[in-house]
Amino acid sequence: MIVAGFTACDKLLPKAPDNTETLDGPIEGLSPEQLDRFLRGDAAFAEVFHTGNGLGPIFVSTSCASCHPSDGKGHPFSSLVRFGQNDSLGNTFLAQGGPQLQHRAIPGHTPESLPSNAPHSLFLPPSNAGLGLLAALTDLQILGFADPMDADGDGISGRPNYIAPPVFFVPTFIHQYNNGKFIGRFGRKAAAIDLLIQTVNAYNQDMGITSEFLNTDPYNPASGSGPGDGVPDPEISRTTIDDLVFYLRTIKPPTPRNQGDTEITAGKNLFVQIKCGKCHIPSWTTGVSDIQALSNITFYPYTDLLLHDMGPGLDDGYTEGGAMTSEWRTPPLWGLGLSPNSQGGEYFLMHDGRAHTLRDAILLHGGEGQDSKNLFQLLTEEEQEQLLKFLESL
Amino acid sequence: MRNTLIALLFYLPALTQAQADSIAKDSLFADTVMNKDAVYHRPGVWNEKLPLVLGGYAEGNTLYAGTDGVTEGLQFQMRRFTLYTYSRLGRSLRFAAEVEFEDGAKEINLESAFLDLEFIPWLNFRGGVIVNPIGAFNQNHDGPKWDFIDRPICATELVPSTWSNAGFGLHGNFTAGKSRVTYEIYITNGFNDEIISNKKNRTWLGASKDSPNRFEENNNGMPLTSVRCAVKHPLRGETGISWMGGVYNTFRKDGLTVDDRRRMDVFSLDHTLSTNKGTRLLIEYVWVAVDIPETYTQQYGEKQHGYYLEFTQRIFNRPFLQFEKSCFHAGFRYEGADYNVGTFRETGGTIGDNIMRITPVVSWRPTPETVLRFNYYFQSEEDILLNPPSRTGAFLFGFSTYF
Repeated sequence: MIVAGFTACDKLLPKAPDNTETLDGPIEGLSPEQLDRFLRGDAAFAEVFHTGNGLGPIFVSTSCASCHPSDGKGHPFSSLVRFGQNDSLGNTFLAQGGPQLQHRAIPGHTPESLPSNAPHSLFLPPSNAGLGLLAALTDLQILGFADPMDADGDGISGRPNYIAPPVFFVPTFIHQYNNGKFIGRFGRKAAAIDLLIQTVNAYNQDMGITSEFLNTDPYNPASGSGPGDGVPDPEISRTTIDDLVFYLRTIKPPTPRNQGDTEITAGKNLFVQIKCGKCHIPSWTTGVSDIQALSNITFYPYTDLLLHDMGPGLDDGYTEGGAMTSEWRTPPLWGLGLSPNSQGGEYFLMHDGRAHTLRDAILLHGGEGQDSKNLFQLLTEEEQEQLLKFLESL
Repeated sequence: MRNTLIALLFYLPALTQAQADSIAKDSLFADTVMNKDAVYHRPGVWNEKLPLVLGGYAEGNTLYAGTDGVTEGLQFQMRRFTLYTYSRLGRSLRFAAEVEFEDGAKEINLESAFLDLEFIPWLNFRGGVIVNPIGAFNQNHDGPKWDFIDRPICATELVPSTWSNAGFGLHGNFTAGKSRVTYEIYITNGFNDEIISNKKNRTWLGASKDSPNRFEENNNGMPLTSVRCAVKHPLRGETGISWMGGVYNTFRKDGLTVDDRRRMDVFSLDHTLSTNKGTRLLIEYVWVAVDIPETYTQQYGEKQHGYYLEFTQRIFNRPFLQFEKSCFHAGFRYEGADYNVGTFRETGGTIGDNIMRITPVVSWRPTPETVLRFNYYFQSEEDILLNPPSRTGAFLFGFSTYF
């Protein structure tokens, strides 16, 4: 009777938010074993690092979840500064702490300061939703949308960012080798080839956590102490890294909301009409994946994963890989309307969070996005609202 | 002598029961008792009929909780099994100690073990493992005294109940008109660096409780000072103000200075009112200030504060089943805490990391020393960015009893 009573209490407990209102959670179709691994990765994602388990000695954040709350976009509090490179020849500030500024330090240590003459840019953490589907695409699929010389004359010339891989990178059938480099697809400048590289770098550069892949703590060259936080390296296991990568690969994609709404449908048509979809490619379909739930899935990220010149207004003078300083990877738009749920109730859009509304973000487009911006401004007020509602529905 | 003690240990439970039956209804909450004296206001202790008293209390409960639609189902918890001992060594010499087994035996703590030497009523020496007198709840935390299964948030997450440490000090009481005034002042070992570097990812004084060395060494050689003053009026209840502070971090290693000295301070204001009509009101406000390096992360707050308001009322007392002195209570607790008071350097926006909880309760006391409690709480918790809160609901049913 007591058990029955408690079970009846279910109805009085807080309900789960609607699945379409959240970004975290597993993709459909995972097996029980895969769900178990997803949960292990989720736990690794939430793990808090401190002086007792390897944080720092210099760092940006204390956990993955601190930067990507509920797997959504980050807040300026967890923003980071990259510095030291302004052309395709590489980073010239590596000896001064580049490419990432660790502006925080555990007590008793001195964080890095930005060298006065270093080119730099501020990056906000992106959302993790649906990363596995993007990771499952082949390089050939991405290259299918590349038009580096603007052969079709539409003013849009997306191109891949070819990145020299770290020694631990193992290419798979999805990758295309190009003169010792591979196509990057993750990060603001598309500088990370796959999610393992992204994860290993985030552990090391964001939190000061060592692994078998990067076994040295970041340190402040100006402090003269060299690396070391007193915790034996590597600070996390290969298993943890692999579980976390699995987790990132199997986070569900955002689900569009209110798709029957006529205003949103009208906005969707306007999105295509003013050529936003030239770079923000609406749909993709994966091929075969080692995770069945990622195989042959059609999904709607609104990105081409390619670099585009966004004009002088978004040119911070800093770059990564082979990208120009004004080039940015097209960010996926899925989950855009849920951004405030992870950014403290506000919008912080574009690479550094400078845009606080969707309209601001559109109006910051220049370069290859200039035509679309101009067309947006020619829309009536009502049409602009329809387009913005559509973006909020993603 | 040894045989006598062994015989006493076996005989004590029966004796304690005999004493318990002789206790007047609600005597645990007698309005003449003050928080400072809670350690001596326990079954078998205040009678002082034996050279050695061994008693204790235990509490267990069921829990059925869910957060945002996710539940772990029905849980059974044996939260505490506590043994206390008391010995009157001489006319003005007493020794009291308490050992607590939490969650089975996951945590075993020597909660207190101190010698009290009375010179005159307003001047007494106390030394040993001392329960720091911060707030109303830290000293007066025995489960059977309360109708709520969970301890107050600000008495666990801000003031880390039950916070005790090795040290010594003075305490006493005197009368002023109709009121009774008590004071306590102790110096003990203190906190450590883990209060700003821990698994909770927030400033959390409770992290220091995990240090296995805190009863044998002070991490920085600087004492923690604890002071509490309270005034009790026969009609208006007891009002207490307390402060606990000192340098918390290890700023020196092997004689070398490796960091600045960083302070932590806790202030508490509390008021307790018990009436002979079975009304109990408890209000407590806690403020925490911690010096944190500017180059560290704002994940760890420099300021925290929390509060709770607890009200219970005896609904009726009448014989029930075979219990002649049983009584029923109902009440509620409203509480909240902000673990990180401040604004983000990056945006100027308010830092979140706060919690609010409301707990209605009904309880039945078959005897004054035993309580069966049914609690429900609703809790809303916001993260540091003030994103949409996670909401938790929980049903708890359990018991707590002295033995």
